[in-house]
Amino acid sequence: MRRIASFIACLVFLVLSGLSARAQDDEALRGAVAGFATAEGFQQIGAVIDALVVLGDPRATRVLAALGEGDLKVREADGGVFIVRGSAASVRLIDPVNGDTAGEAGGASLKKIRVNNRLRRTVRDAIGALTLTAADPAVRMRAAETLFANPDPDALEAVEAALERETNADVRRGMEVARAASLLLSDRSNAEKSEAVGAVAALGTREALGLLSQFRTGATGALELQAAAAMERIEGSLARWSIAQNFWYGLSLGSVLLLAAIGLAITFGVMGVINMAHGEMVMIGAYTTFAVQEVIRRSAPGLLDWSLPIALPLAFLAAALVGMLIERGVIRFLYGRPLETLLATWGVSLILQQAVRSIFGPSNREVSNPSWMSGAFELGQMMITWNRLYILLFAMAVFAVLLWAMNRTMLGLQMRAVTQNRRMASAMGIRAPWIDAMTFALGSGVAGIAGVALSQIDNVSPNLGQSYIIDSFLVVVFGGVGNLWGTLVGAMSLGVVNKLLEPYAGAVLGKILILVLIIFFIQKRPRGLFALRGRAVEA
Amino acid sequence: MKFPKRTISIAALAALAAATAMTPVSAQEEPIKVGILHSLSGTMAISETTLKDAMLMLIEEQNKKGGLLGRKLEPVVVDPASDWPLFAEKARELIEAEKVAAVFGAWTSVSRKSVLPVFEELNSILFYPVQYEGEESQRNVFYTGAAPNQQAIPAVDYLMEEEGVERWVLAGTDYVYPRTTNKILEAYLKSKGVAPEDIMINYTPFGHSDWQTIVSDVKTFGAAGKKTAVVSTINGDANVPFYKELANQGVKAEDIPVVAFSVGEEELAGLDTEPLVGHLAAWNYFMSAESEANAEFIDTWHAFIGDENRVTNDPMEAHYIGFNMWVKAVQAAGTTDADAVIEALPGTEAPNLTGGTSVMLANHHITKPVLVGEIQDDGQFETVWETGGLVPGDAWSDYLPESKPLKADWVDLKCGNFNTETNRCLGTAQVGN
Repeated sequence: MRRIASFIACLVFLVLSGLSARAQDDEALRGAVAGFATAEGFQQIGAVIDALVVLGDPRATRVLAALGEGDLKVREADGGVFIVRGSAASVRLIDPVNGDTAGEAGGASLKKIRVNNRLRRTVRDAIGALTLTAADPAVRMRAAETLFANPDPDALEAVEAALERETNADVRRGMEVARAASLLLSDRSNAEKSEAVGAVAALGTREALGLLSQFRTGATGALELQAAAAMERIEGSLARWSIAQNFWYGLSLGSVLLLAAIGLAITFGVMGVINMAHGEMVMIGAYTTFAVQEVIRRSAPGLLDWSLPIALPLAFLAAALVGMLIERGVIRFLYGRPLETLLATWGVSLILQQAVRSIFGPSNREVSNPSWMSGAFELGQMMITWNRLYILLFAMAVFAVLLWAMNRTMLGLQMRAVTQNRRMASAMGIRAPWIDAMTFALGSGVAGIAGVALSQIDNVSPNLGQSYIIDSFLVVVFGGVGNLWGTLVGAMSLGVVNKLLEPYAGAVLGKILILVLIIFFIQKRPRGLFALRGRAVEA
Repeated sequence: MKFPKRTISIAALAALAAATAMTPVSAQEEPIKVGILHSLSGTMAISETTLKDAMLMLIEEQNKKGGLLGRKLEPVVVDPASDWPLFAEKARELIEAEKVAAVFGAWTSVSRKSVLPVFEELNSILFYPVQYEGEESQRNVFYTGAAPNQQAIPAVDYLMEEEGVERWVLAGTDYVYPRTTNKILEAYLKSKGVAPEDIMINYTPFGHSDWQTIVSDVKTFGAAGKKTAVVSTINGDANVPFYKELANQGVKAEDIPVVAFSVGEEELAGLDTEPLVGHLAAWNYFMSAESEANAEFIDTWHAFIGDENRVTNDPMEAHYIGFNMWVKAVQAAGTTDADAVIEALPGTEAPNLTGGTSVMLANHHITKPVLVGEIQDDGQFETVWETGGLVPGDAWSDYLPESKPLKADWVDLKCGNFNTETNRCLGTAQVGN
């Protein structure tokens, strides 16, 4: 890699100094690219990459990028090398040299040029070096970032040359830290290195810390002291950030618990039905999402990013319908008999699991993340993944809507009336059995929409529900049966405590500690955090 | 068309008579029963159902070739429902009530441990097809999956030599296989001069789904200026959220590669593998292996299951090898009698699907090639490295002080845990820990 980088350094230098403007022609590039067709094994492919990079032609970046992404393929009929776009049966061929479309072909007639991690790194570094002087500032920025992440003293001259010509302030800053990082590993003078330590330390990131610790092992005297002091400063600030980070993880875990439990807060909390099939309602929601995505993939691939909003109402309806059937078919005969209800709903849950296993198969189903839910962004030294953020917001929205439905709608009023005093409610003309069915359907439907969100972070398999049922009961009992606010506070505090414990106790012990804590808590306050008072308790 | 009733019944009688006359004697003999002990419901159904189907296919193919010893093979499928005690009960049912000649089954180590005493007591044969932690060799069990020296150690060698890894995260689910494997790996890494502070060991509960903290810990651990890799013995369902979190937090294979021992084609089926390209797995077989036997196996599998999209995986290959070895051993012994077949099995050769020939060793493990593959965007693995020849499975790891002097040899020593220092067979008390 070093060898390539030094070649590039020379070449960039030559190009910049105008000695050899464009000695290469299409033929040289084409000849180098054609080498991929005959290369066997990673070593030979690596040699072809070297040959390509040595040309120093910026157009080689297109070929290299395609190679790194696995889009560079050989047509088996004639050994032509093409960049391939599109997948499945028919693909579009693109000429690797001039970027023109070169026709179409069947996917099976092309053989992919294989790369492994080592070659991917070579390609990445080569692209970084070749694009330091690209026209697009965003590309130059990426090149600088690549160099910073993989500092290379041989690339110093290239980055310094690029820095001289750089006009964009942001890119300049990026290049300066990349230069500083590379300088730390080079054999430049101590004064320059000391300056570089300062520049890297000013970033305050984990990557900077890694660089400094790497530098420190080889440094002596004043430089070592300077690096040590800088590292201590960064470690201090990172430790503070990591508390914030763990707190965020806790909230995010809490939101998942809240989603899983909130439907149960209605069926178990409000109605008092020990519903062991609750997890399976979540599973039905997740499988609805899968089914929606399958249909979209087949008939309208453009809508894939909208699959979740489309799946939400369908998942609600599907789970609510199944819930209503369970209530009408099984549970209504068992009101007031908790043990029988528990066993019956447990049976129902097994039936539902096996039904899903028979219909969709026992293996995991792929539910893809829409593009707006993939990746992460950085907040200070904290990393926040988009999917967790959306799930947190979604959980809050579901909670708010449910709270409103329970307290501000006619249905909610009747639900509360029936659960608090059934006979009085009947006397007032409320159809109690009907309200029971509706309440159970609502709880199940909410579990269904939870399934849509959980499909984004967990397996969509027949076992999905089982993994949440215990946690759900835990949250509802801890928060206080019959109280939505209790469920919210319970879920969030369990999440945060769990995540604050995890770094110290580990995931296994952390979970055990939580259970022990809850046992003690329930001993002290058998009715949970927010106990209902008054007549409702006796009802 | 309408025939008089009598014509039909006469025709039927004639047909029946003809059929009876033409049927070879063999069909009238009792078929040989083969037990299939894989969970078809519960948590492990996700992995084990496929193995049941693979066994049904292998038996069907053997019957097309005329069966075994002139008799047909008849599969007997039971469902132990991912419930460990039920495994023992069902094994007993297969052997005592169904009188099967051999059993193919079990996945998790705990299910294997639960059936061991049954096979010993009733003297039957079990073929166990999954990679496991080793430290075991039992007379009635044939281990066709990988022992640690056929998977974990070569994979670590690959990372050390090819990727230059110096810092290690050993992450696993909290049960016997990861714990033992990590113990062996830790000892191995230390013997290679890796400092204790460069090894991070982490365990998570079964089905762990919130990986935020751990992935961020891995990133922190990896940002110390040394090349870092994760060796994952994370099992089953926990893998999907783990890989999703890796992708979302931007952990790339070029920076921190993850090499997994329990993630195969089947597990990747539930994932969008685009962000995971380059992460590794070590197995003895990949569906992408280029050999005639493999192409034929995949074609037969697709035709049998009726779905072109179904994948094949390593434990399926283990059953393929194990089943063919059993068939050969029964042919050699001329009987399905357990003692005779157990006697005949060591030394039996059978082709594997990567183009070589595996042989059953005296310690009841087999020889296998070790492959390291990178995940591709189509959910397949691309072999990036393989051992030069076949690696013989080692029942007792040489890297653990307590198992170093132990040796399994059922041919000469007739012992699964012979201590070469004291020259004594420890006997059954120690078998299965």
